[in-house]
Amino acid sequence: MAGQVFTYIVHKEGVADDSALELMAAAGKIYPEASVAAIVTGSGAHLDAVCDAMAASYPEVWKIDQDVLAYPNAEVIRRLLVNILPADAVVVLAHDTLGMDLGPGLSIKLDSVFVPDVVGVEGVRDNVLTVVRQEYSGQVYTHVRCDISAGAVINVRPGAFKPEESRSAAGQVVDKSAQAGDLSARRRFLEVVEAEVGDVDITKADVLVSVGRGIEDLENIEIAEGLAEAMGAVVSCSRPIVDAKWLEKARQVGTSGKTVKPKVYLALGISGSFQHMGGIKGSPFIVAVNKNPKAPIFQVADVGVVQDLLEFVPELTEKIKAK
Amino acid sequence: MEILVCVKRVPDTAENEIEVNREGNDIRRDDLVYSVNEWDNYAVEEAIQIVDKVGGSVTVVSLGDEEAEEVVRREMAMGANNGILLADEAFEGSDGKGLATILKAAVAKGNYDLILTGAQADDGAGQVGGMLAAMLDMPFASLVNSIEVLDGQKLKVGREIEGGNQEMNEIDLPCVLSIQTGINEPRYVGIRGIRKVASVEIPVWGASELGLVPEAVGAVGAKAQRVDYFVPAPGEGAEILEGSTDEIAAKLIELLKAKGGLK
Ligand SMILES: Cc1cc2nc3c(=O)[nH]c(=O)nc-3n(C[C@H](O)[C@H](O)[C@H](O)COP(=O)(O)OP(=O)(O)OC[C@H]3O[C@@H](n4cnc5c(N)ncnc54)[C@H](O)[C@@H]3O)c2cc1C
Repeated sequence: MAGQVFTYIVHKEGVADDSALELMAAAGKIYPEASVAAIVTGSGAHLDAVCDAMAASYPEVWKIDQDVLAYPNAEVIRRLLVNILPADAVVVLAHDTLGMDLGPGLSIKLDSVFVPDVVGVEGVRDNVLTVVRQEYSGQVYTHVRCDISAGAVINVRPGAFKPEESRSAAGQVVDKSAQAGDLSARRRFLEVVEAEVGDVDITKADVLVSVGRGIEDLENIEIAEGLAEAMGAVVSCSRPIVDAKWLEKARQVGTSGKTVKPKVYLALGISGSFQHMGGIKGSPFIVAVNKNPKAPIFQVADVGVVQDLLEFVPELTEKIKAK
Repeated sequence: MEILVCVKRVPDTAENEIEVNREGNDIRRDDLVYSVNEWDNYAVEEAIQIVDKVGGSVTVVSLGDEEAEEVVRREMAMGANNGILLADEAFEGSDGKGLATILKAAVAKGNYDLILTGAQADDGAGQVGGMLAAMLDMPFASLVNSIEVLDGQKLKVGREIEGGNQEMNEIDLPCVLSIQTGINEPRYVGIRGIRKVASVEIPVWGASELGLVPEAVGAVGAKAQRVDYFVPAPGEGAEILEGSTDEIAAKLIELLKAKGGLK
């Protein structure tokens, strides 16, 4: 077996992120028998609360309490991990905005292999790990193989691994703060600026008509607005629509936008990237209109319409109005 | 400020239906529409805007095959001053670390204050920028959605984090940043702009020009190896409504009514 397995726990205001237990599930798929250690960094009472919570699921929790770790700056955390981890450690991170910041550079500094955005683990044989990834916006999958005997950094996609409910451990919290070493970094955290609030609150809407890049043009946005009006729904969108400044940021659904929990979600010309779907909670009834029958959104939608939305939606709107 | 921007030529996923080829070892490459990776276009625009403000020059580098020259030219038409193409059979099959190793060698031939990449490309990996920074021992920030030049020594950069919040950082130069979409509005490149740079010489560097031993890169050097491409058996998936547009619309209205989607 390769080195010990570690996960890095993202937390905020004393509460661990959902990914905390997903990472343990992923680690368990890599080495079912491994004793996985959770690394929790931060400072003060919030840190202790998270460590205690993690000890209920993880057999071992490494706590590192330092002022510079109060906010998770990947450049600082990378130095810390290089200082405290054994060289052949298998490190499992969430492929979120911290994991994307931290993982690639960490793998170089630990001189171990890196695999990003893993959605499935097939297992390890003779030190060779086989995982599943997606490419081309989720349109195709690949198996990736790597030798992890000299350690690895594996970033797993949030939501891809279901936490094991029955797992419970009277874990031990080990204070590693004294071993942290030199944590100076050439990138310094200043502050977090909260996203602007817009005119609409899509998080409160029961029915959302959401537009993606398939709408093709600014002028076509009114097609979606017409449908939303006929349905009594609110218009939301995917990220490219906001990047193009066709709609305001407050209407963006996804991990870097809003988290919505409607009853019905109509996705028009949206491919269904995990960052987009990550913003939809509460299992709404999802309808997808997309001209590509292979679009990943059809794997998660309840009902699909394979048509050009520019033709289909105006017709649907007319029919609803006529009723 | 001397800025290097790494750009990649990719199949345009908004334009193409991507399918696995018969052998299952690649996607079907015939008839694909290619373009510059979405994120990279924002990176080039940002570099041009910085140079417009503080002076300096923008160099665009692409690692790929000969075809990648077209994206280098496109980004030069946008306003980048220089272009470099890194192409060699020995580079094929490189993993993320291999790509970063090649780019590092290209960086060493210049004198850059700032290196930009896109946050991710067609393989959704988002790994090259962070690896390159670590290899160069430069500070790194990913998912950057604002850059302000403070002085010759440091930048103030915003990172887009969960919920669209922005994490502000101060970072020392030289550094590597990966750029998130939406940081700016990339300028339009017309056919005339492309024509203007059509005959500009773009140097092509291979392993020997970069002083790389072929074993360090390419498939031989890759620790993470893609074994195949596949599409999983369709699971439950969506119920696809069939019939004429009229019939589909009628069915959908019934379903929406039943689920509370019509008021
Ligand atoms: C860190 C990070 C955070 C991100 N956060 C978010 C986020 O919060 N929200 C978000 O949405 N994205 C986010 N993204 C971007 C995400 O990865 C995708 O790029 C994005 O969701 C794609 O949007 P889309 O589905 O509208 O466009 P595309 O993926 O381009 O899909 C367009 C779809 O429209 C279809 N289509 C085209 N024309 C028509 C037509 N005429 N009729 C019908 N269908 C048509 C196409 O078949 C295609 O499936 C994030 C990315 C990163 C790296």
